[in-house]
Amino acid sequence: METSRIAETLGILKSEDALAVSEASFKESSLELAGSTIQMRTAGEGKPLLVLHGELGFPGWMNYHETLAVDRKLYAPSHPGYDQSDGIDWMMQVRDLAGWYLEALDDMDLKEIDVIGFSFGGWLAAEMAVMDPTKFRKLVLVAPMGVKPEEGEIYDIFLNLAPDYLKEAIHDSNSCDEFDLICPDEPSPEMLELWEVAREQSCKLGWKPYMYSLSLKHLLHRLKNLETLIVWGKEDKIVPIDAGRIYHESIPGSSIEVMENIGHRPEIEKPNEFTKLITKFLGSK
Amino acid sequence: MFIGHFTERPYQDPESGYFGATGLPIKDLSLSNEIYDPILGSDLYNRYLDEKVYAEEMGFDGLMLNEHHSTPFCMGGAMNVEASILARITKRAKIVLLGNILPIWDDPLWLVEQLAMIDMISKGRLVSGWVRGTGRESVSHNAPPAYNWERFQEAHDFIVKAWSEPGPFRWEGKHYQYRYVNPWMRPYQKPHPQIMLPGVVSRDSIVWAAKQRIPYIMLATQLEPTRQSFQVYHDTAKEEGYEAGSQNFGYLWKVHVDETEELAEEVARKFVQGPSNPFLAGNEGTANPALLKLPGLTSRRRILPTANVATAHRGGQLSRSFEEQVEDYTIISGTPKTVIPKIRHVLEYLRPGSVFFWDGDGAMTHDDQMRSLRLMGEEVIPAVREIADELELRSPFEVSPKTGEPIGEISEEAASVTGD
Repeated sequence: METSRIAETLGILKSEDALAVSEASFKESSLELAGSTIQMRTAGEGKPLLVLHGELGFPGWMNYHETLAVDRKLYAPSHPGYDQSDGIDWMMQVRDLAGWYLEALDDMDLKEIDVIGFSFGGWLAAEMAVMDPTKFRKLVLVAPMGVKPEEGEIYDIFLNLAPDYLKEAIHDSNSCDEFDLICPDEPSPEMLELWEVAREQSCKLGWKPYMYSLSLKHLLHRLKNLETLIVWGKEDKIVPIDAGRIYHESIPGSSIEVMENIGHRPEIEKPNEFTKLITKFLGSK
Repeated sequence: MFIGHFTERPYQDPESGYFGATGLPIKDLSLSNEIYDPILGSDLYNRYLDEKVYAEEMGFDGLMLNEHHSTPFCMGGAMNVEASILARITKRAKIVLLGNILPIWDDPLWLVEQLAMIDMISKGRLVSGWVRGTGRESVSHNAPPAYNWERFQEAHDFIVKAWSEPGPFRWEGKHYQYRYVNPWMRPYQKPHPQIMLPGVVSRDSIVWAAKQRIPYIMLATQLEPTRQSFQVYHDTAKEEGYEAGSQNFGYLWKVHVDETEELAEEVARKFVQGPSNPFLAGNEGTANPALLKLPGLTSRRRILPTANVATAHRGGQLSRSFEEQVEDYTIISGTPKTVIPKIRHVLEYLRPGSVFFWDGDGAMTHDDQMRSLRLMGEEVIPAVREIADELELRSPFEVSPKTGEPIGEISEEAASVTGD
């Protein structure tokens, strides 16, 4: 079913906001969800897969989105307060955002969905899953923030400008085809503004303690019946790989894949390798 | 006219290689405190307190302090400690704090208490300014910059209520919650000490000050952008149904007086030497661009005309030489004879009711500062008072910024009713 048809059925799409982006396989729309208006992108048909972006907002429609949408229905929202999505005043921590998202998924009538979260979005995905594990079929966490590493510190995005952070996030930007898309030499004024919007919202949610929750680790055991894959780049300089160990040890039955020669953004750095891994995990019983 | 004295109390250590006339430049937030010498720090704290005592003796109305964190250009990391000491060792001058950094306090009840104690110990001489702080303040005390403005406003409302209304009461706000607010101290001045708002960049702040009828003090900005920014206050006042006057405005800038023109210039050049300071035109350290762009610290759109020549956008690229600053009156130096007409120009241009002479900074020595203070007391301050009378520039202690009504002679009685 088309997004717009689902949305119309649910009465949540403002049809004048539905944008057909030329030469792209996804649709972008503005949705009324859980009392707020958010920017949503959808593509493909099949089982639902929710894609949760990281701390700098939606990175643009990338190869990994395209590939993952081949045999499933992909939902890629911008979180409230990021990109064109309205901010929500009462939201002051990631758990607030997670609670809002569960209500949004109810509004979209989505059940037993797969979810993949990147970095800050991985933390968000873990919080959502802990809150309601039965809502999800499979969970993928890609270098998630959210737990305090015992070795190393989470890189301070607020004491660094967005381009400097992005350069630090990629292990080898020279061999990364999409690096120029997420971090052009001369970012447009719109891109600069969206980065600042995202940093401000991430700051509201994750300033202190910096990008982790003291309690999440202890709640992860609730994911004992949720099939969970943790993916980490071995050269990650943003979230120490020790946080991956903690996630892995805290979620019974979880598996962890460490990718060689990759930093914090496997989905951008090696999209083919990455999507093969994800497709295999999501496709298996 | 209210005349105050200010120095940022730099950490000067000629032995370190970093500070002093030929010091290495400093990158913001990159200098380890392992080089800090507490013996030297002890001497400097006492020097700066001595200078304040002498400034009072020489006739200044106000002894101004400020606060920054984790940086050598300002030693006032716990400004209220210095203010507490001044409360006891001075007798007449107001102690002007410009100001406490509201958003970095997780528990502003401490401010309610500390400031009320300072007001009582000083017998009602506290002037309590608030600031939002620069990025280094948010980072040092780990206060979320994206909530800086919300926390500022809520902390202000909380403090004013705790000062002026009897307790106990509850405070259940967005950022601050208390179930028992009943501090066992009340400010000496009723309903509370005069509040001031110093700033340079944020339009939100100056509009807020105008709505609250709180005097706004512009810090070391160029004259024309300052006048334009004051106009924002005037316009807001009109919308609010009142006419802002000199009592609503203050201006701080660099003024040094000395015995000869030659000596004055030699010493005034030290304004642009010494501890590198991202704030200090002509001698900026290397700014940390991320620190200037902390997410949400100030609105990216609602900025003032002064912003482009002020701290947030300076970043070393808008550095103005000593000569340029002398040219545009942001540094005034000379003998009293040459300084007084220049101060007149500033007063005519901006019409502030409060002025603060920023002196004794950079690489200046104690002797440099003491000579200037003496000459200010002997010649400059009396002349400035005459000019201000002629121009009818009234301070917030002569004309209430709250009502626009005269409040008589400067006296304890008068001061006690000027709390806004």
